[in-house]
Amino acid sequence: MAERLLDVKNLRTEFQRDKSWVTAVNEVSFHIDRGEIVGLVGESGCGKSVTSLSVMRLLPPKTSRISEGKVLFHGKDILKDNKKEMKKIRGREISMIFQEPMNSLNPCMRISKQIIEAILLHNDISKGEAHRRAFDVLKSVGIPDPEMTLNSYPHQLSGGMCQRVMIAMAMSCEPELLIADEPTTALDVTIQAQILELMEGIKEKRNTGILMITHDLGVVAEMCSRIIVMYAGRIVEEAPVKELFASPKHPYTQGLIESVPKLGSDVSSLPFIPGSVPDLASMPKGCKFAPRCKYAMDICRQKEPDLTPVYGSGNRRCRCVLHDGDKGDKKEEVKV
Amino acid sequence: MSEPVVSVKNVVKTFGGGKGFFSKKPLVHAINGVSFDIMPGETFGLVGESGCGKSTTGRLIDHLLSSDSGEIWFDRKDITKLTENEMRPVRADIQMIFQDPYGSLNPRRRISDLIAEPLLIHTDMSERERQKEVNDLLRVVGLSPAHGERYPHEFSGGQRQRIGIARALTVHPKLIIADEPVSALDVSIQAQVLNLMSKLQKDYNLTYLFISHDLSVVEMIADRIAVMYLGTIVETASKKELFEHPRHPYTRALLSAVPIPDPTKKSDRILLKGDLPSTTNLPSGCLFHTRCRYCQERCIRERPKTREISKGHFIKCHYPVFDEDEKEERDVSV
Amino acid sequence: MSDKDKTTSVDRFDEAEALPTQKSRRKEFVQKFMKRKTAVISLIFIVLLLLAAIFGSYMAPYDVDQADYNNLLQGPSAQHIWGTDEFGRDIFSRLLVGTRLSLASALSATIAGTVLGIVLGLIAGYYGGWIDSLIMRACDVLFSFPDILLAIAIVAVLGPGITNVIIAVAVFTVPSFARIIRGATITVKESLYVEVARSIGCKNWRILWVHVFPGTVQSVIVNFTMRVGTAILAASSLSFLGFGANVTQPDWGAMLSQGRNYLNTAPHIVLFPGILIFVTVLAFNLLGDGLRDTLDPRMN
Repeated sequence: MAERLLDVKNLRTEFQRDKSWVTAVNEVSFHIDRGEIVGLVGESGCGKSVTSLSVMRLLPPKTSRISEGKVLFHGKDILKDNKKEMKKIRGREISMIFQEPMNSLNPCMRISKQIIEAILLHNDISKGEAHRRAFDVLKSVGIPDPEMTLNSYPHQLSGGMCQRVMIAMAMSCEPELLIADEPTTALDVTIQAQILELMEGIKEKRNTGILMITHDLGVVAEMCSRIIVMYAGRIVEEAPVKELFASPKHPYTQGLIESVPKLGSDVSSLPFIPGSVPDLASMPKGCKFAPRCKYAMDICRQKEPDLTPVYGSGNRRCRCVLHDGDKGDKKEEVKV
Repeated sequence: MSEPVVSVKNVVKTFGGGKGFFSKKPLVHAINGVSFDIMPGETFGLVGESGCGKSTTGRLIDHLLSSDSGEIWFDRKDITKLTENEMRPVRADIQMIFQDPYGSLNPRRRISDLIAEPLLIHTDMSERERQKEVNDLLRVVGLSPAHGERYPHEFSGGQRQRIGIARALTVHPKLIIADEPVSALDVSIQAQVLNLMSKLQKDYNLTYLFISHDLSVVEMIADRIAVMYLGTIVETASKKELFEHPRHPYTRALLSAVPIPDPTKKSDRILLKGDLPSTTNLPSGCLFHTRCRYCQERCIRERPKTREISKGHFIKCHYPVFDEDEKEERDVSV
Repeated sequence: MSDKDKTTSVDRFDEAEALPTQKSRRKEFVQKFMKRKTAVISLIFIVLLLLAAIFGSYMAPYDVDQADYNNLLQGPSAQHIWGTDEFGRDIFSRLLVGTRLSLASALSATIAGTVLGIVLGLIAGYYGGWIDSLIMRACDVLFSFPDILLAIAIVAVLGPGITNVIIAVAVFTVPSFARIIRGATITVKESLYVEVARSIGCKNWRILWVHVFPGTVQSVIVNFTMRVGTAILAASSLSFLGFGANVTQPDWGAMLSQGRNYLNTAPHIVLFPGILIFVTVLAFNLLGDGLRDTLDPRMN
């Protein structure tokens, strides 16, 4: 029984826009255990980044608020922590890496200063000892010449190197949970392969739990054991990876998987999802995906379906009227 | 035997090298000898990662940059020798679709004006005729004539890209250069735009130069594909041939690195050593040798020349890779 | 696959594609502007000035040259609300009618300077090279002189009179606009949509006029309102020094100048023109501030 690291319950985050509050993320509940890589997929605007920023409590203070829910880390609700306690958790127990590695590093400071700053924040050691640790951690992420890298400025490093440095910084205090927000989106595919390999290695060696946030279905298929699909700020489906790709239940997931070009599939035209993601301020009533869904019925437009378990391997959930209380005896009539 | 629409021969392009106040600016070798032909009606894919020079190649063909040496033959003219004035009428035949849907449309002009602009410049249609043409094109790309009155900021990325496509079509160009047309779009919108481009190609018999870093996208739409690395083409072949029998070590690594959205297919990632070399300091011999697992002594010394390894399949490598079961078919004249 | 899956967006145009209702940019601008009270008040004042400039001579209670020898140097009274000057002429009437002269000269000078500055800035920014250097160095030379000194020098060469004052003010207005437009041009010409215009086959002048210039206009609007204020001050100063309008014409600056001699006995002759000039320049500056804030997309 794997140790539960993170348990998010009914998270609801709102943003202030033109004097009123719009909901960016609603009814989001999921968990991450030690040693597993969980994928959080969705397209831009679906709320996946907001979710991760809510967990880390990195949202802008005046214009956003977490209005509901709990974020339990090792059973303790970190939403109730004060600033000081939260600072101890960030970087030490939960670390985050971001999409654009070049922009995440301070361009005016050498790498050594930035990593050592991170290490000294959480460890009561000397500067020399911190420097040694920085060297070691850079080596562990596969940087060939750690000393030279430590002396460099971010603009002197390539995108792949910067991301390695970010990962090194994130891992320098040996956190139990790593949140990776689109870590390889801005990188070339061959560099992405290197970084993904590195992250798998971290999971193996240190049993770190990883939340992999991305829009790239290929990446989650390769890396993750479990996938959560988000749309319009809500979780619409969750399943183990093989099951999700073999038989996606939610029409959005189906559409998404079908519309991704797959290498080696030799297809000349792609099915796709018509329309576009609704604006936060003008969400439709009922199911948020109904305007684009080919199976939409009247009830879909009136009431938003709940996230309910799906008959399957026991840990599948789906937010769709078609699969509500699906006991497996319903014929697969809806699948095309 | 038809003539190619465009024929690129040994183009070389460098940037910088000017004398700064204190020191000389380094010379960036962006394009190091690129050659290919595009036949009418085909989609020619140009793939590679960032810094390989594919966008620069597109801009050279569109005369937005001037090359250092080499020739680009279009419509029986070597356009590298043309002045900007002489090039203008030719531009009616080469149109470009750009990567950034947000930057490529002038935010202060209405959509109908933006689409009609090529018509205004290259034809002498009346205002009425232009308007009609614009409305037809808007319908063709899946928007409505009412949208013509709006401004770019009111549209989403995918819609803007469709507007860009409409604009490119207005003057029925012989060649459309699509520079990463779907890279900035969401996955489900990518599919919409790609389908549109395929359909338009069939309806209007268009010729595309499709530039992209995304192999899965290129596989869908291209007929022939050229793989670029560090300003040079390392392998060119038909789509089928390239994906079934990739011979260049870089192509093989690139293909293996693409994550496949299918958890049952475990990919054997071929990891490349190290990082991309700097374009200011090109490696000796074969430009890829610093990262190649098959690198031999000859690769460090001698730059390979392009040769045809099988019909229509060109490669720039001293030791092309064959799978175990293909060893008999080898035609290696090393 | 069912037929529903086959439909592509090229065949179907449903409400999922409809755009949100068109929000009028003009309406948004007006709403935002109205939030700034000082700017609104300044605008109202300027409009009143413009009305005075146009209709002043019909509305003035007294004729400009009408001398009332019984009421020389009188302070404000029921008959003459702002008093009379050394010839018994009604100060209020003279200032009212003089609005036309002062405002017209300031506006025409600023407009002339702006147009020339924009043209030079566009050419310098777009073409670069030696043209850019030439134009910018010329502007630097003009910049290195304080406005008034430069204006005096020009008027000294050309001779006194309102026309020459306008020329002088226009000349020292040019450099600031040239510089602003040049900077904006350099930025805009790097935009992707300008490269697109080239790739379509636009000629240079079309690129400049249709694609580059509209993107630079915003930077100029605010500067324009501020410069009108400066121009009024400069024209008044030149008149004050005796270079501008002659003694008989009702010019604000000239009136200020004449009043110097009576500062101890009849300060109102200096006070009212002075206040008027001050408030006018302030109004233009506040309007400029308000416009700048309104046009800034980051401020609400």
